[in-house]
Amino acid sequence: MKLEGKRLIWQDYQKEIADDHYFYARSCIRQTFFPGAEAVFVKILKDELGKDIHDEQHHTSCTGIGYHSDVVPFDTTMTVVARQFALMTEAGYENYAASCVTSFGLYTEILDTWHHFPEKEAQIREYLFKATGREFTKPKNLAHASDIVYKFRHQIAAKAKYKLVDKNTGKPLKVVEHIGCHYSKMFPHKGIGGAEYPYVLSGMIEAWGGEVIDYPERRHCCGFGFRQYLVQANRGFSLSCSKKKFESMEPYEPDMIITNCPGCPMFLDRWQYALSEMEGKTYGENHNGIPVFTYEEVAGMIMGYDPWEIGLQVHQVPAEPLLDKIGIPYDSSRKFKGKNGEDLGMPESPSYLKFYSE
Amino acid sequence: MEKKAKYFGYSITRDRQIDYDANNHDICKIIAKAEPTLNLCISCGTCAATCTAGQFTDFSLRQVILLLRRGETKSLENEVSKCMLCGKCQLVCPRNVSTRNLVIQIGKALYDKKLSAETVNTK
Amino acid sequence: MGKHVVVIGAGPAGLETSASLAKLGFHVTLVEKEDVSGGHLKKWHALFPTLLSGKDALETITKGLDSSIKIQTATKVTGLEAVNDYFTISGHNGWQEKADAVVLTTGFQLFDSHRKEEYGYGIYENVITSADLEELFASGKAFVNRHGNKPERVGFVHCVGSRDEKVNNLHCSKVCCITAVKQAIEVKQLLPDAEVFCFYMDLRMFGRHYEELYKEAQEKYNIQFIRGRLSESTEDRDGNIVVKVEDTLLGKPLRIKVGLLVLMAGMEPAPDTKPLANMLGLKNVSDGFIQPLDEVLHTNSTEIPGVFVAGTCSGPKSVSDTLADARSAALAVADYLKS
Repeated sequence: MKLEGKRLIWQDYQKEIADDHYFYARSCIRQTFFPGAEAVFVKILKDELGKDIHDEQHHTSCTGIGYHSDVVPFDTTMTVVARQFALMTEAGYENYAASCVTSFGLYTEILDTWHHFPEKEAQIREYLFKATGREFTKPKNLAHASDIVYKFRHQIAAKAKYKLVDKNTGKPLKVVEHIGCHYSKMFPHKGIGGAEYPYVLSGMIEAWGGEVIDYPERRHCCGFGFRQYLVQANRGFSLSCSKKKFESMEPYEPDMIITNCPGCPMFLDRWQYALSEMEGKTYGENHNGIPVFTYEEVAGMIMGYDPWEIGLQVHQVPAEPLLDKIGIPYDSSRKFKGKNGEDLGMPESPSYLKFYSE
Repeated sequence: MEKKAKYFGYSITRDRQIDYDANNHDICKIIAKAEPTLNLCISCGTCAATCTAGQFTDFSLRQVILLLRRGETKSLENEVSKCMLCGKCQLVCPRNVSTRNLVIQIGKALYDKKLSAETVNTK
Repeated sequence: MGKHVVVIGAGPAGLETSASLAKLGFHVTLVEKEDVSGGHLKKWHALFPTLLSGKDALETITKGLDSSIKIQTATKVTGLEAVNDYFTISGHNGWQEKADAVVLTTGFQLFDSHRKEEYGYGIYENVITSADLEELFASGKAFVNRHGNKPERVGFVHCVGSRDEKVNNLHCSKVCCITAVKQAIEVKQLLPDAEVFCFYMDLRMFGRHYEELYKEAQEKYNIQFIRGRLSESTEDRDGNIVVKVEDTLLGKPLRIKVGLLVLMAGMEPAPDTKPLANMLGLKNVSDGFIQPLDEVLHTNSTEIPGVFVAGTCSGPKSVSDTLADARSAALAVADYLKS
C-alpha cells in the first residue's frame, strides 16, 4: 500500500470545519449505547480546548431512524430538522455539530435538497412556522462531531497522557477504523477524505500514535441498516455483515476498532458477544474480543480520563486488555459501580468471551 | 464441559457471495480435459432457450457451465441432474460446445468424487 | 499546386495524414508539442489482432514520410485563426506559419485511472493500467508484480473510464475489449500456469479476427471471462488484490484474489483538443471529441471549411482505423484545396 496515493485523494476531500462556537445536537441512541462518549466530547472541547459549545436540551430526534425505516415521510423529517435549525438560531449559533452520523447525513441531504429545490425550503419554512411559530437561519457550517475532533487531533495529542502504542513493545497499536455509511457515502465531498478512503478517523489514529489497518472488507457496512435490525427475525442479516468484517480483519490481529457512528460501535461490539455465544468464536487472542470504541472514548482514554467515568464498563467486549496494552490504570473493583459508588449489578458472564471483573 | 450454542431468535445468514478462492476447482479442471469445448461457451443462453427441462423447471445449461467454472460444486450437483440428455442444446450452440458430453462428464466426475470420498470413509 | 497544409499532432494520425498529403503534392508542416513524434504508439508494445510490434508499426508509418515534410517538434500550438481564405498558426516558441488548410490530429489522452478511486490505482501497488502493462511487456523484464512475485492470477478490468457517467464518460473507447484479450494472451504466453480473468460488461469484438482472438483466448489459453463490473478492489496482507464483482450471469456477488490487476484505461479527448477547437470556433460536443461535419458521410470535414480531423481526436479508434482515417482525411483536404 502506498500511503502517498491515499494522501493525494485526501487532498481532494477536505472541508471547512468551524473553529469555535458549536451548537451540539446529541444522538438519540448514543447515550444509552456508549453513555460516556458525548460527555467526553463536550468535556474535551470545553475544558481541554476552551471552546464554546452549546449543549442543547430541547432538540429532538432528527427522525433519521424512522426516515431510513420508511415510516417517516421526508417532508416531516425536513420540518423536524428545520426546528433543530431554529433552536440553533434562537441560541445564537451558526455552526451546527451533529453527534450522529445519520443525522449528519440527513442534514447534509436536506441542505442539498433545499439548494436544488428552493421552493421546498420555502414550503418547509411555512410548515415550521405554522406548527411552531419558529423561524431559522441555515447553518453557516455543518460538521459531524468527528470532524471537529479530527480538526483538533493534534491539540488533543499534545495534551494526551497516553499514546496508541503498546507499552511493552513500543510499537503502534493496530487499529481498524470504521466509518458510518451516512458520513460520506452519500456526499463524498462532505466527509474528510471522501468515501473510498475516509481520513477522519485515520487522521486521529495517526496523530495519536496508532497504525491504521486497511483490510479487504474495510468498506463493508457494519450491518445496522435500521430496518433489518428492528425486526428480531431479520437480525441475522445485521449479524452476518459484522461477521464478514471480523473474519476479514482477524488475520491482521487488530488491537482495537474505532468508529464514528452511533450504530457501528454498538453492533461491532455486541455482535462479537452474539457470535461467541452462537458459534463459540472470538476474534481476539486468548478468548478476548476486539475492543470497539467511539473516537470520543479513545480521545478520553489517551487524555487519561478514568475508564469507568467514560463508560467503558458497558462495552460487551471488555476494554481491559487494551487498557493494559497502553498502560492506562483502572480500578477493577469500581468497574460496576455507578456515580457515588452505587452498585450497578454484575452482568452475567459470557460463555466464551473472556469476562473481566474484580 | 460442552457449551451449548445460544439461540437469540435469529440466525447467521448464509453468505451468497461466490468465494472463488475458497471454492474447489478440481472438477472444472477434470471436465475441461475430458471435454475441451467447455472453454468455448460464451454464455449466450441459446441452450437454455431450447431446453425442454428449462421450460418447466429453473434448469439452465448456461448456469450449469458457470457453476462448474466458478467451483460452486454443491449447486452444480443439484442442477446438472435435471438434464434429460436429449441433445437439443447441442444442435443450437453457436460455438459448437459438446453440451451433451459435457453433462455426462460432469455427472461422471461428481460420481467419481463421491465414490472416492466413500472409499476414504470406509478405509 | 503549392498549397500548404499544417497538421497538428504527430501521432499515427498526423504522420499518416502528412505522408499522404505529401504524396498528393502538398507542402506539409507537421507540428508536435513533444520532442519526438509517434504519440502513444511509442510506448505500445504490440498491436491487436496480429501482435504486430508497436515499434515496427511506427517505423513503417514514419518511413512513409516524404523529405519535403517539415516536422516542427517541441512546439505547442497556442494560436490558430481563420483569416480570409487561409489560416495562421503559431506556437508557444514564436513559430508561425500560414496554411491553406489545417488538419487536427491531436489524438486522445489515456483516462487517468486514479479517478476510479475504488479500484486503488496509485494506492495498491499491484493495480496497474493497460498502458503500464505494455511498458512492462516492452521492457522485456521478467513478468513479476510490484512485489517481485510471478502472479498466480491476473485480472483485467474492462471499461475503466469508459461507459461510466460517474467519470463523465458515456462513450465506449472501442479498443479496450480487444486489447484486454490481446494482453491476457500475452500474459498467458509469459506465465502459462497463471489463471487469467477478464471482468467485462459487454465484449465488443467488432473488428476482423477479433472474435477469433477471443475464441483463441478461451480455447487455447483458458482465459476466463466473467461478466460484471468491478465495484471495488482492496489489498490483502500479501499484497494481492481482492476484487468484488457480480457474476451477472449467475446473479451472485463474487470475490476473487489476483496477484496483478490490470485496468483497461479508456480514451478521452486530448487536453489540447478543446482549446484548439475553441480558437477556431468549432462547436463543443458533450463528450469532448471533435464533431465531424457528418458522422456517416463527411467524417473528416468540420463545420469550418479548410479545417479537417483525423484519428482519435474525433472519437476512439484503433491504429488501423486511425491510419485509414488519416488517408481519407488527406483526400478530403485535396478535394477542398482543388476546388
